[in-house]
Amino acid sequence: MQTSKNSLNYNDLFIYLLAFSSGFSIMCVELLAGRILAPFFGSSVHIWGSIITVFMLSLSLGYLFGGKISTRSASLTRYGAIFIFAGITLLPIVTSSNWLMESIFLAIEDSRYGSLLASTVLFFIPTIILGMLSPYSVRLLVKNSNESGQIAGRLYFVSTLGSALGTIITSFYFVMWFEIDSIIVTVSLVLSVLGLTAIVVDKVTAKDKSALTEGEIRHA
Amino acid sequence: MHKLMCKRLFALLVITPLLLINTTLAEVIHSERSLYRNILVEDKGDVRCLKFNVKSSKTRQSCYYKSNPEKLLFNYTKQLLTALLINPEPQNILIIGLGGGTMSNTLHQLLPNSRIDNIEIDQSVIKVARQYFAFLENDKIKTYSQDGRVFVKRAVLKKQKYDWIILDAFNGDYIPEHLMTKEFLLEVKMLLSDEGILTANTFSSSQLYPYESATYKAVFGDFYQVTNKDNSNRIILAKNHGFTDAFGEGASVMVHKENAAKLSEALLKVGVDANKLFQRIQSTKNKQNWPEDSPVLTDQFSPANLLNLSGD
Repeated sequence: MQTSKNSLNYNDLFIYLLAFSSGFSIMCVELLAGRILAPFFGSSVHIWGSIITVFMLSLSLGYLFGGKISTRSASLTRYGAIFIFAGITLLPIVTSSNWLMESIFLAIEDSRYGSLLASTVLFFIPTIILGMLSPYSVRLLVKNSNESGQIAGRLYFVSTLGSALGTIITSFYFVMWFEIDSIIVTVSLVLSVLGLTAIVVDKVTAKDKSALTEGEIRHA
Repeated sequence: MHKLMCKRLFALLVITPLLLINTTLAEVIHSERSLYRNILVEDKGDVRCLKFNVKSSKTRQSCYYKSNPEKLLFNYTKQLLTALLINPEPQNILIIGLGGGTMSNTLHQLLPNSRIDNIEIDQSVIKVARQYFAFLENDKIKTYSQDGRVFVKRAVLKKQKYDWIILDAFNGDYIPEHLMTKEFLLEVKMLLSDEGILTANTFSSSQLYPYESATYKAVFGDFYQVTNKDNSNRIILAKNHGFTDAFGEGASVMVHKENAAKLSEALLKVGVDANKLFQRIQSTKNKQNWPEDSPVLTDQFSPANLLNLSGD
């Protein structure tokens, strides 16, 4: 009994860590978005208007979809898969942003709509997927309805703290130490590794549990 | 004895405050908060100045004589004119960063037949230049409210060419980092005519210096630089296909001197001594005052504002 409670706590901590990382990644990428768009669309105020609009819109949709899919056989494995998927969808920012932005720049003269389309093409999908993680985390953490508010609050705290740190560390230090592409690739790798870890953890604890239940049956 | 005391007392009580007033008496005649900064117009006697973000000591300002709008007031604006020694008759001029529009006014006075395009990101600055700085626009002088990088990229697509590009978009407090990268300078280079010249007003007192220098050298090869006495800023003078001679050497020196002689009278009218322009020019061929292995700024790596925070 004691061990099972402990392992549950570790599990929860791990989920909080993952939520922290997704918050960190979202703001790290959002901050770099300004840098990525500037060579083609400048650094006028409306560039940030485009970026923030796209991030807010995709997060809102991500919350909606994340909540929806958490109702069907939610598991740490599926949660991990979302992380891996988020990591993969960030990669086009590194591999294809130049030609994508160039074609948009050529097609649309007005840099307001150009930047809006460019940030949609580059950041809409990965941010939706990163947004899905928040409600999914709540689903995995909540064990009874009485504690649901407290857990949701704790989760927002952790992931928004991650966002704050992602913003400040990226803007104060990362841009001085690394190239934009290396930062994005690292974020993508970290998300994927965390996702893989979640899947492995799920498999291992499932084994433990089945071993435990087998033991209990034998004991009885 | 008494009389002397009285005089001294008079001097102390009356003249000193008068002197103090005289040096600080600047009247703010207009202030506004634009999308990008605080804009302040100040009158001090005959001199009117445009200031951004007042309290910083680093802030650069654009000033002009109300009685003589074409006359240049500041060292760095005068130093920008060194480009005329090398190319005395630029037909098409591009100015990125308007300020009060004084540069545009002066150049129109010097070169009435040349076309001048002014690029300024901040619509409010354009408005203030028109309203308070006698900024002149006509069929030769056009103004575009746009980000400099976007304008340059579109102009390259349209295959436009300029004989002289003036980059003066760095006001000291905030640097548009995408206007300092190798990629941007390559675009600027594509916009220069065969004999075209770029003059850029840049920084010289922070960690940014070696990075910026290395970036210009990577794109243009050796360039000329003009610094002022207190070394607070420097003008970079780069040519589309590079300079073959170091300044003051080789065949070009005669041409430069000839140009100076030709221009001296016109330059004097705008408050510039053509001979003085010669004195502070140096080629990086002779003297390169930054480490050879300094990193180049790129669109991927351009922490210009962070570097500019730390003095050396």
